[in-house]
Amino acid sequence: MDEKPLLEISGISKVFPGVQALDNVSMSFRKGEVHALLGENGAGKSTFIKILTGAQPPSSGTIRFDGREYASFTPMQAKQLGLSAIYQEFNLFPHLDISENIFYGRELKKGIFRDKKKMDQLTAQYCKDMGIELDPRTLVKDLGVAQQQIVEIVKSVSTQARVLIMDEPSAPLTNREVEAMFRIVRRLKANGVTIIYISHRLEELFEICDRVSVMRDGKYILTEEMSNMTREKLIAAMVGRELGESYPQTQKSSSEVVLEVSNLSNDRLHNISFQLKKGEILGISGLVGAGRTELARALFGADPVISGQIKRGNLTVKFKNPRDAIANRIGLLPEDRKQSGLILDLSIRENITFGILRTLSGASFIKSNRERTLCDKLIRDLQIKTPGMEQKAGNLSGGNQQKVVIAKWLASDCDILIFDEPTRGIDVGAKQEIYVLLKTLTEQGKSIIMISSEMPELIGMSNRILVMREGKIAGELARSEFSQEKILELASSSV
Amino acid sequence: MTNAGQLKNVASKYGILIVLIVLIIFFSIASPAFLTSDNLFNILRQVAIVGIVAVGMTMVLLTGGIDLSVGAIIGVAGVMAAQLMLSGVHPVWASLITLAACALLGAINGFFINTVKIPALITTLGTMTAIRGVAYLLTGGLPVFGFSSSFKMMGQGYLWIIPIPVLIMIAVFIVGYIFLNKTVYGRYIYGVGGNEEASRLSGVSVQKVKALVYTACGFLSGLAGLVLLSRVNSGQPKAGTSYEMDIITAVVLGGVSIFGGEGKINFVIIGVLIMGVLSNGMILLNINEYVQWVVKGLVLLFAVGFDRFITRRKTISAAAA
Repeated sequence: MDEKPLLEISGISKVFPGVQALDNVSMSFRKGEVHALLGENGAGKSTFIKILTGAQPPSSGTIRFDGREYASFTPMQAKQLGLSAIYQEFNLFPHLDISENIFYGRELKKGIFRDKKKMDQLTAQYCKDMGIELDPRTLVKDLGVAQQQIVEIVKSVSTQARVLIMDEPSAPLTNREVEAMFRIVRRLKANGVTIIYISHRLEELFEICDRVSVMRDGKYILTEEMSNMTREKLIAAMVGRELGESYPQTQKSSSEVVLEVSNLSNDRLHNISFQLKKGEILGISGLVGAGRTELARALFGADPVISGQIKRGNLTVKFKNPRDAIANRIGLLPEDRKQSGLILDLSIRENITFGILRTLSGASFIKSNRERTLCDKLIRDLQIKTPGMEQKAGNLSGGNQQKVVIAKWLASDCDILIFDEPTRGIDVGAKQEIYVLLKTLTEQGKSIIMISSEMPELIGMSNRILVMREGKIAGELARSEFSQEKILELASSSV
Repeated sequence: MTNAGQLKNVASKYGILIVLIVLIIFFSIASPAFLTSDNLFNILRQVAIVGIVAVGMTMVLLTGGIDLSVGAIIGVAGVMAAQLMLSGVHPVWASLITLAACALLGAINGFFINTVKIPALITTLGTMTAIRGVAYLLTGGLPVFGFSSSFKMMGQGYLWIIPIPVLIMIAVFIVGYIFLNKTVYGRYIYGVGGNEEASRLSGVSVQKVKALVYTACGFLSGLAGLVLLSRVNSGQPKAGTSYEMDIITAVVLGGVSIFGGEGKINFVIIGVLIMGVLSNGMILLNINEYVQWVVKGLVLLFAVGFDRFITRRKTISAAAA
């Protein structure tokens, strides 16, 4: 059973000016295995993928694929060899249909015209082979995220991919969709495709992966059979120390209601009612598309509210835009920090103070001393790792970027903070720091609404959990009732 | 990453200064008339119009927008002020009324972009054409002249040895520098261009910021129009035609990203000087006007191409980190 590996990487290093992204990494992948690649942000996974797909050449080392040795690939070569990757952001054309996407750049032809019929037939066949039904003529923009991902997979497979790299494939999917994706992965595996599977969700690795390799700080750490690993061992290998995901003790909240929402509705939300108490963390759970982010945006005045009432303390308030919400000391840390949380071209300092410039200025002139003092303090308090406050936000790692967004809202001195997926795409160590931080905030009397797709985190952190489904509140759970099963049941049961 | 970033910054910052120096050396050798104090002041006076508007254009580009109507506003400003003065309005009042009208034209650009939500490129393409038409309509297509000679001071006067238009340009740059770097709205301009949604979610009124930059750009175009009027002493409806081209080129040469969010006004002045030296040098060398157009067009493509190159390099190295 000592099978020769299909893909063998030996002594690969990649040096960027000032950064050693990969340091003498060696790994091998067998034919027809699902091989997890694990590491914190900045461990070098992305660079590793880029080298395999030919997007970047390694500084040194060799790649052995199917018996031949290469110093590097061009992207074209990688494709021809059958090395293919599906990234978190899909590379699809929304206004083209499925088969046009799949055959983009290698259209079948009949004379000088393209043979659309043949392409449609083949596309339908590919989909059937994977056990899914999709009309090849559906426009990609009309597909859900899960289906778009399937189109990406079909596209790779149809080019005779022999190694398929999947970067966080489950991140945008609901639990049910993840199951469907797993079925496809198993089918590919049975057909002899090697899958390199990257995910931060440790549980699913045990379900789908045969082996796991761990990287840390650009170095190779270990490769193990998945069956020999435990969650704790994986985390320890990733962070280099024993670190459980432990949650700080939650505070008892007071009975003072700081926010009361009644019958809030808009085109995505239906009759949402709940209360938020001082010093509590109110978790919001639900599947993707259940309306969690939409609720956050409506509460914050970022999306319009059609009917219903929001009471802040004793006052009924109406938010026409985020400014009104901020004036009522409500802050939102959006789900996608790069798209809507940060201004990547501006420095850490400018990002932190962006929302509170008025309070830092006299007669509209910014008082730069006060600005610096404040940033200095927040960078220290939140332990943002950076050479200085003038560093551009775009140059920071995911965890540190998230801390900058948090710093920005701490600076604004809001009493109610809505965190939408506060730990998405953040490594284990930084997650821990954010948990502690959230708890500290509640101790200071701030109230937090936390939206998260990670159930352990919600269960560990919240005082109460609201479960949403199809734009409605499907149920509320008190701390004593928390369990993954209960939440799932509320989130997915159809009435 | 930081080393490469610093290197790139040095290249993009001083690259443009090196271009200016090389141009100056080249023209000094090629034409004996170039490096004389008369000619150098001449260049400065000539670039004043472009320079004044470049400050407004910098703000517009920083928000990720563009304003093609600046040349037309320069034209309408001259015609309007000339006619007001001819009809007996005091030059100071005529100037103030014209400036207000031009600011209003800028605000109208802002309205179409903010409220009707037409992209800036199309909005200002439309207003550019319409405003130019108004300039011709106001005069029936003829130049307007014969107004008070006291108005000449603004375009032709000197303070000690420095031409007044140059002083105006320097003042505009100083105010622009302070505004962009020291004030709340200056910071917002960078923020809106860098990430509009994040700015909105930070409680910034994106629409106000955009309205402000287009209004300022209209106002400064009006100011430039007055200076031009005073220099040529007659209100020409065609004045300022295709100035938008020189102005945008100068700003982009100065390193302001056409995608917004990035750029420093102190480098824009170098871009303005390059455009001035280039025009002046080519005229001294008796280079055919049509050839000059070709050169200017290529300079714009070069400047934008360089911006794209830098952006791309940055995305690659950012993705790598």
